[in-house]
Amino acid sequence: MSLAVRCQNLTKTYHTGGQIVTALNNINLEITMGELMMLVGPSGCGKTTLISVIAGILNQDSGLCEIFGIDLQKLSNKEKLNFRARNIGFVFQTFNLLPALNAAENVSIPLIINGVKRSIAERKAIELLTQVGLGDRWKSLPSQLSGGQQQRVAIARALIHNPKLIVCDEPTSALDHESGRNVMNLLKAVALQKDRSLVIVTHDARIFEFADQVAEMDDGHIIKVRNSLSRM
Amino acid sequence: MNYIAIKMLMGDKGKYIGIIMGLTFASLIMTQQPAIFVGLMARSYSFISDLGLPDIWVMDPKVQFVDDIKPLQDTELYRVRGVSGVEWATPLYKGLLKARLTDGTFQTCNVIGLDDATLIGGPPIMLEGQLDDLRRSDSVIVDIDGATEKLGKPSLIPGEKPTPLKIGDSLELNDRRAIVVGIAKSTRTFQSQPVVYTTYSRAKNYAPKERKLLSFILVKTKQGQDPHELARRIKQHTGPAAYTQAEFKELTYQYFMHNTGIPINFGISILLGFIVGAAIAGQTFYNFTLDNIRQFGVLKAMGTGNLVLLRMILLQAVLVGSIGYGLGVGLTALFGFATRHTILAFKFPWQLLLFSGTGVSIICIFAALISIFKVFRLEPAIVFKG
Repeated sequence: MSLAVRCQNLTKTYHTGGQIVTALNNINLEITMGELMMLVGPSGCGKTTLISVIAGILNQDSGLCEIFGIDLQKLSNKEKLNFRARNIGFVFQTFNLLPALNAAENVSIPLIINGVKRSIAERKAIELLTQVGLGDRWKSLPSQLSGGQQQRVAIARALIHNPKLIVCDEPTSALDHESGRNVMNLLKAVALQKDRSLVIVTHDARIFEFADQVAEMDDGHIIKVRNSLSRM
Repeated sequence: MNYIAIKMLMGDKGKYIGIIMGLTFASLIMTQQPAIFVGLMARSYSFISDLGLPDIWVMDPKVQFVDDIKPLQDTELYRVRGVSGVEWATPLYKGLLKARLTDGTFQTCNVIGLDDATLIGGPPIMLEGQLDDLRRSDSVIVDIDGATEKLGKPSLIPGEKPTPLKIGDSLELNDRRAIVVGIAKSTRTFQSQPVVYTTYSRAKNYAPKERKLLSFILVKTKQGQDPHELARRIKQHTGPAAYTQAEFKELTYQYFMHNTGIPINFGISILLGFIVGAAIAGQTFYNFTLDNIRQFGVLKAMGTGNLVLLRMILLQAVLVGSIGYGLGVGLTALFGFATRHTILAFKFPWQLLLFSGTGVSIICIFAALISIFKVFRLEPAIVFKG
């Protein structure tokens, strides 16, 4: 199985108020293609920093982070932008939909960033919204949708440009139990494919069962990586 | 991405309208106040503009502007006529005289005495009567603004508008009778006093007795003669100052610019408009960017480059700038249209469009720059912060 993500001796520190905080301390992690990896742990353990480095929006201080065999650190800013635009899909805790755009327009953004014409992008967005069960709500503004519906729009946005890696930051923590499970079922059913991996940061224990592997973090370290309960 | 930028801008209606209103206000102040200023300054030399026929104005060398009358001796007229290159030269009286109204009150008038033979220097437009009617005894022509307002016959009912003077009515100028034989249209002067046209000899009768009463000598150059050269020659051979029409306008304009508080007062208004407009629009636009900073972060995380974001913010700034500018200029034009028949000075040359356009552009660039600076420094990793 080919590797989607390979992190070796990854270290990242922050300087805050004259103090040096080590957010990632010698992280080693591998995520294979077609795998759903969950990063779990208490607040401040470095989950978000690790996902930011994996997504190519934050540079590590030292160590290696290869995404599909490419060391992002070696890419120029422009190359990194293009890499992110083509290969990474994002799902955020607070959805981060653009409030002025309707659902279809929000979903079409990654395609527009990649240079696809707006009319074509929006047509494809409506198809994808239908796939996530919101075909009849494509004209709705985010404020007119429930939290679960907004997260489904966000998932459609993360998928529309067919990225090989999807990073999700606490995708269920703003949702009730039922909506959270629906979102995870949707992610597993629609997003996870043989040639696509998912990395999900969460501390919502209710969704651990959806993971193929769970990496437990604490204090900037990965304590252990285990197969999820569903695999055991 | 342009579409997204526009939708983002218009999505928050309150802020969008706030930015537009700030820019509209700035544009309005930066157009309307200078238009009044230009109108006022144009009035300072409107009397010279109205007398289109003469090429050169001859006057006492100490004269500083058109209303600064320092009379010459009548003999100067003959000396000027003797200078080679002069086609004709005519006398002009210009002075402030008191007219007694029917209710016994007095109104200061600008009395213009025209050459008896040629009537050169008369009003540009005759609304009623003819200029030649000035040849009749005791005749005067009154400008329409004076006839309807300050020289009008006061109404017997308090608060009612005065009854306009009409042909056949009489005035008392310095205790002498004057019969209105015509109503003319002339451009309002700086002091906006009624203008009364009569002949030179009659004006001298109306005026208090003085040794010298010749205010100006109006000169026409012969065909092919350079007015500047002739003005120089008149000055050299006769002694009085001689200016071309443009030079005399400039002299008057410069006097008002340097010796009155008008430029500084209007300058302060315009500057305040610019500062308040820049503060409102800049602050609102910056707040708008701050409110959308997370959205910009999302776009950055998804692979949107700084240049594209720069283009988006500039587009937003250009859009609000254009709308605000258009509304401001439109309101100024409406203001000018609504006040066209009033005493208010207003002139709206195309240069003012450039002036206020530049002002609004500076505000927009300033607002966009502070926003762009913020977005450029934005770490896309903020999108992962809850």
